[in-house]
Amino acid sequence: MPTITLIEHNGTQHSIVGEVGQSVMQAAMNAMIPGIQGDCGGACSCATCHAYVDEAWVKSVPPAEECESDMLEFASARQDNSRLTCQLVIHDDMDGIVLHLPESQY
Amino acid sequence: MSLSSVVIVGAGQAGFQVAASLRQGGFTGRISLINNEPGLPYQRPPLSKAYLLGKITASNLAFRPEAFFDQQQIELLQDDAIAIDRQNQHVVLASGKSLQYDHLVLATGAHNRPLSVPGDDLQGVFGIKTLADADALAPRVKDARNVVVIGSGFIGLEFAAVAAALGASVHVVDLGDRPMARAVSSEMAAVFRQTHESWGVQFHFHQGVTRLIGENGQITAIETTDGKVLPAELLVYGIGVIPNITIANEAGLAIENGIKVDANLLTSDPHISAIGDVACFPCIQNEGEHTRIESVPNAMEQARTVASRLLGNASPFNALPWFWTDQGNLKLQIAGLSSGYDNTVILGSEATQQFSVLCFRKGQLVAVESCNRPGDHLAGKKILSRPPELTSAEASAPDFDLKTWELAHRP
Ligand SMILES: Cc1cc2nc3c(=O)[nH]c(=O)nc-3n(C[C@H](O)[C@H](O)[C@H](O)COP(=O)(O)OP(=O)(O)OC[C@H]3O[C@@H](n4cnc5c(N)ncnc54)[C@H](O)[C@@H]3O)c2cc1C
Ligand code: FES
Repeated sequence: MPTITLIEHNGTQHSIVGEVGQSVMQAAMNAMIPGIQGDCGGACSCATCHAYVDEAWVKSVPPAEECESDMLEFASARQDNSRLTCQLVIHDDMDGIVLHLPESQY
Repeated sequence: MSLSSVVIVGAGQAGFQVAASLRQGGFTGRISLINNEPGLPYQRPPLSKAYLLGKITASNLAFRPEAFFDQQQIELLQDDAIAIDRQNQHVVLASGKSLQYDHLVLATGAHNRPLSVPGDDLQGVFGIKTLADADALAPRVKDARNVVVIGSGFIGLEFAAVAAALGASVHVVDLGDRPMARAVSSEMAAVFRQTHESWGVQFHFHQGVTRLIGENGQITAIETTDGKVLPAELLVYGIGVIPNITIANEAGLAIENGIKVDANLLTSDPHISAIGDVACFPCIQNEGEHTRIESVPNAMEQARTVASRLLGNASPFNALPWFWTDQGNLKLQIAGLSSGYDNTVILGSEATQQFSVLCFRKGQLVAVESCNRPGDHLAGKKILSRPPELTSAEASAPDFDLKTWELAHRP
């Protein structure tokens, strides 16, 4: 089961274990990581599951589909490596991936 | 006064979130979550969409896996709350158990308004509220050729889109004059109507249903108020919900179109809060009128407001209402409440199904409805949450862009 590291805006690190096929958002919620809200339950409707994929890992995740990139276009504090974690499905190649959390989801 | 036990009745979207937010906020007392449905607490939105299409499995509907409840010491009780003893601060359960509470949260949701017409007990007639409903419906919708939907609200139309995508011939019957009439502007409704029609869905407006016709206990057709007979092996109704107020009412709590709460989401008993679909609260976006809102974001935000209060940070509930619905390739997101709007401005192109309707009431922006324009939705939420106000004159300028305006007017 892939390990995912989430780093809060204040620097606090969390290493969590995700299941293949699950979204990063769900894995983070299951582990009660502060800073991921997931208000719409993964319907790509709320943008409260925003995170930045660490530069070293950007190439290991598939590109965003249209709905996600449209939502991200106007998410708060958006960067080129921004993703909605509910749309990031965990697979084996993501073992060790690092994501940084924004200061706020709003 | 320190709180050592919180009992939550109803383990749906709102009830579950109170428990999770309390633990996340550091609450160390006892949390009992009473769940009268089988299995783990789960989310409902996919039930009328992705779940019926087989795009998401039951295990992905659960808010959290079973281990979460043990780890977080959230006592999940498979039981039904049947009475509240306010004097002694106890909740009585169907199993005979009785739970003491320092604070009680009622998050009992709502049930489907029944169809109540002759023949409504035939097989093949469904409402969609629970996972059990969706599980019973899913195998039938795959093979159904003739489907009738009663009610063209969000859930009825979401189901119509699924049935049409699976190849059924779909008729939608509604008493009103347009789809989603309670929730969206006529401009938005018109595009949804046309798009459903392009999928083969046929609408029958200004029509009710007088009876359901069956053979050997199975529905075969329905009759509308103007006497038309529509074939149906499967009927789904979505004609509104009725809040689950029984135990609150019997306990003497104030009731007004749901359980009446104040701005802090407290009922008429200071030891009892009510949240989610069942709670009728003073809504600042609805001119302060007591309002009941049926949506996931409302349930989540109310849950967080109550959890914060129980952790010592009381603040009135004033979150901006917002909604979404997914129908075929149409993603509709609504920020604010459009009720009583008297003027609209359209951004983008209705023809390409990528547009937003700005709804104004007495010159004030009250809602932003976005179809396949999520950027507008997020900008709209921000604009509606704080001053300055966007005027309809500004929004009507030829190359007006909502996102640009929001960026330029950030405080
Ligand atoms: C098919 C469907 C699709 C939807 N789609 C969307 C959508 O796309 N977007 C959106 O924002 N919203 C959607 N909603 C609405 C959303 O799911 C609800 O607004 C939300 O679930 C409300 O949360 P709640 O906790 O108040 O009620 P619920 O989630 O309904 O939970 C209430 C729970 O309390 C239980 N209960 C009641 N009485 C008792 C008792 N006495 N003892 C114990 N338990 C009790 C009920 O059985 C239920 O399990 C949809 C709803 C449905 C049914
Ligand atoms: S959880 Fe809502 S967009 Fe990801």
